[in-house]
Amino acid sequence: MQSEMSVSLWRGGEDGAYVTYKVPERANQTVLDVVTWIQRNVDSTLSYRFACRVGMCGSCAMVVNGRPRWTCRTHVSKVAKNGALQIGPLQNMPIIKDLATDMKPFFEKWQSAKGVFEPSKTRHDPIEEIRPDTPERVAADAAVECINCGVCYSACDTVRWNGDYMGPAALNRAWSLVNDVRDSGQAERLQAVASGGGCHSCHSHQTCQQFCPQSLNPTAAIAGLKRRTVQAYLKGDLKK
Amino acid sequence: MTALLLNHRRNILWFAAMVHRLSGIGLAAFLPLHFLVLGMAIGNGENLEGFLRWTDAPLVKFAETGLVFLLLVHMLGGLRLLLVENFSWRDGQKLMALAATVMSALVAFAFLIRVF
Amino acid sequence: MNVRLYLWQRMTAAAMVPLLIVHLAVIFYATRQDLTAADILSRTRGSVAWALFYGVFVAAAAIHASIGVRNILVEWTPMRHRTAEIASIGFAILLGVLGLRAIAAVVLP
Repeated sequence: MQSEMSVSLWRGGEDGAYVTYKVPERANQTVLDVVTWIQRNVDSTLSYRFACRVGMCGSCAMVVNGRPRWTCRTHVSKVAKNGALQIGPLQNMPIIKDLATDMKPFFEKWQSAKGVFEPSKTRHDPIEEIRPDTPERVAADAAVECINCGVCYSACDTVRWNGDYMGPAALNRAWSLVNDVRDSGQAERLQAVASGGGCHSCHSHQTCQQFCPQSLNPTAAIAGLKRRTVQAYLKGDLKK
Repeated sequence: MTALLLNHRRNILWFAAMVHRLSGIGLAAFLPLHFLVLGMAIGNGENLEGFLRWTDAPLVKFAETGLVFLLLVHMLGGLRLLLVENFSWRDGQKLMALAATVMSALVAFAFLIRVF
Repeated sequence: MNVRLYLWQRMTAAAMVPLLIVHLAVIFYATRQDLTAADILSRTRGSVAWALFYGVFVAAAAIHASIGVRNILVEWTPMRHRTAEIASIGFAILLGVLGLRAIAAVVLP
């Protein structure tokens, strides 16, 4: 007989509850496989997000046994406790339904941290040569592989406690652009991340670094922004 | 029921941040009292002398040891943060936070032995 | 917290590290069993050096602590930012006034 495991999923909106399902255990099962099995075999109204299933797109993050994770790359055998899984939606974002959250505030903060590349050249200019061993490129490289999954944002208590705080992902993105020598929007970016909800609200809990599925270190990126904005402030480059 | 799951707090550095914050609150609450006591020295210092004799009580000595610990753990924990924020990145912050706490406890213990 | 508050809080923090080490040495020294209030006051009264040392210390502590209190009020209480700022400015003034009074009591001859 095939053995089963007990899987609790968050069902409903903000006032929902966990509902427990029995799911057959299989070898090499991921957490996303388990959620998909329930949706296909038990309740087709279950809402959740995924796309690539190979850890590139960043859509399938959920809170698994209390920790936010990318579910497509998380094996059940690694995280199940006594054969049980509890899977909830990401935290610090409004729940739409079941395991799907409204990530709008998360992405709006990318905008307010000026996480958009501002080109300094046109398509008629030659492509700028960026040497891989320059300090700026090395710093940008360390921050650039973010997949926007929201795991760090869900795990950040500073976000939880301070609704204005932009959060690790948006600030990490700002840091990669601060180190992009082709970008022309640095003054506005430093101004934005030096404001009330910006990098200075970070308490260096390093939870973002600990949970980042891409092994990025947003705490280090935010520390870089703290230094860069202080320099700009002391030079009088920031307004106010 | 809420979807609140807080296992992400099982993190030494999260606890270090809480120790830093709570020790800060403790010190902020203590400072006005500390200043009021020193203000007793106005005049000939007899009031202060009376207070200093009161601090010979064992319970007060334990409380003072607690304050020395709060001061040290806040200072060393804060020093760790200043290093994280102002110098290039160093791994091993959990170890640093633990070392700061252990060192604070040792110095506070030395204080306790000294006052008894 | 914005860059201005951050800078003030971290600068006062850094400034207090050496001050605290001296202060801790004073604490260890002053807890000798037989030290009386008169002994302490005879060393501090009229000392410009101690007045300056603790004057800087009180100012730094008042700034540092009140910014910390502001951040805690913002994060852990439902207080509005403006209210938290007013409360922490009040706390800074309280610490400054009581601290300077304490220094005056100990160093004025």
